[in-house]
Amino acid sequence: MELLALFISAILINNFVLYYFLGICPFLGVSKKLDSALSMGLAVTFVMTITAVMSWMINTWILIPYNIGYLQTVSFILVIASLVQLVEMFIRKMSPPLYQALGIYLPLITTNCAIMGLALLAARKDYGFFEAVVFGIGSGIGFTLAIVLMAGIREQLDLADVPEPLKGAGIALIVAGIMALAFTGFSGMIKL
Amino acid sequence: MSFLIPVLTMAVLSLLFSTGLVVAYKKLKVEEDPKIEAVNEALPQANCGACGFSGCRAFAEAVVKGKADSNGCPVGGNDVAAEVADILGVSAGTVLKRVARLHCRGTKEAAASRGLYLGVTTCAASHLIGGNKQCSYGCMGYGDCVLACQFNAIEMGEDGLPVVFEENCTACGKCVDACPRNLYELLPIEQNIFVYCRSLDGPKVSRKLCKNACIACGICARACPEQIFMENNLAVIHDYKKIDPEKIPAIEKCPTNAIGRFKIEKIDMNDEKEAARDEG
Repeated sequence: MELLALFISAILINNFVLYYFLGICPFLGVSKKLDSALSMGLAVTFVMTITAVMSWMINTWILIPYNIGYLQTVSFILVIASLVQLVEMFIRKMSPPLYQALGIYLPLITTNCAIMGLALLAARKDYGFFEAVVFGIGSGIGFTLAIVLMAGIREQLDLADVPEPLKGAGIALIVAGIMALAFTGFSGMIKL
Repeated sequence: MSFLIPVLTMAVLSLLFSTGLVVAYKKLKVEEDPKIEAVNEALPQANCGACGFSGCRAFAEAVVKGKADSNGCPVGGNDVAAEVADILGVSAGTVLKRVARLHCRGTKEAAASRGLYLGVTTCAASHLIGGNKQCSYGCMGYGDCVLACQFNAIEMGEDGLPVVFEENCTACGKCVDACPRNLYELLPIEQNIFVYCRSLDGPKVSRKLCKNACIACGICARACPEQIFMENNLAVIHDYKKIDPEKIPAIEKCPTNAIGRFKIEKIDMNDEKEAARDEG
């Protein structure tokens, strides 16, 4: 039950994009088309899940026993960077069109603060293994949800009569702000 | 020895991950068509986007896949087209060389000034307040096109109008975008008859504003009624190739020299540049 609460909280309440404002770069960069947004979301979810597992293992089995917690940041970066490289190679091999569509944002997952944030938050909150995994999956799905919603809105926005100075990034940021505002409606639903 | 543990930890972790990546790289390696790299190397690497792709590399991929023609690079011209065609094993078509042409002859002497402009010296800024000439269609002469040109093909002339050097012009279209009054057009180099005016003002107005404006008298249209038409107080050439050369003298009777053949003394840009450098 507690895991379910954590899962829903990671998706809706403590949404990485709309609550923590982490990972805004791909959120704005790849949210122009629905299908590439979905793929980006799935790629991030995958990286987040594996990152949660790996960083939990490194943190619990290496960093804490040897009392070298200050290596958290650098070792997590190592995990994330390697994983993203792996995902990039995999996508390039399996789906070149997707590789093209994600473009520069795929290697940019490496420096995506959402993933770093996930690893650090999970470590700070002393999550157990399953909690960390659920937190990782939930956060990934939360990111996917946010970016897919955003892409859906932006596809409609292309047809809308947007004032000239607000076209492009301006209106996207306003929409993101309104979405974040809407998501605050979920806050307080679950107390963790 | 307390530093050993963190150092070893990081070393072991790095080793593990890099080994993993090496294995993954071997397994997931993508075989790329070596032609793409070869074509890419033959291209000028200006990454100007004149071919319609996002850069030379993207164009190379498109050419190899057959989505673009081997002569699609206007910057490289015939030489590059031949090289690319050679790599692909197909015959090259010839590139129709185009150059940017300015549709204005409103020199400092010819066009009436609107007053002293002391604002930001760019055409874009000047255009916002209506420009420095009374003619609201003509060249303002602050050289946004000169700045936009990556190939040293445009220089500001002494008469206040930019000069395009045919040899350097690659028809990349940067000047077309840079000109706030849309005075440039990319035209085939062999086209030798143009309308040197974009003014849509009526004859009475344009006659007052500029000595070289098209005053819509229609002399040229009467000389060649098949290919030259008057639209919105401006002569328009439909197809220069179909203009009978014998009619050209009659067309050039234009009282304001607003239509005619391209005449420009060729200046060797490089010599001039070198001379300037030597003096500096």
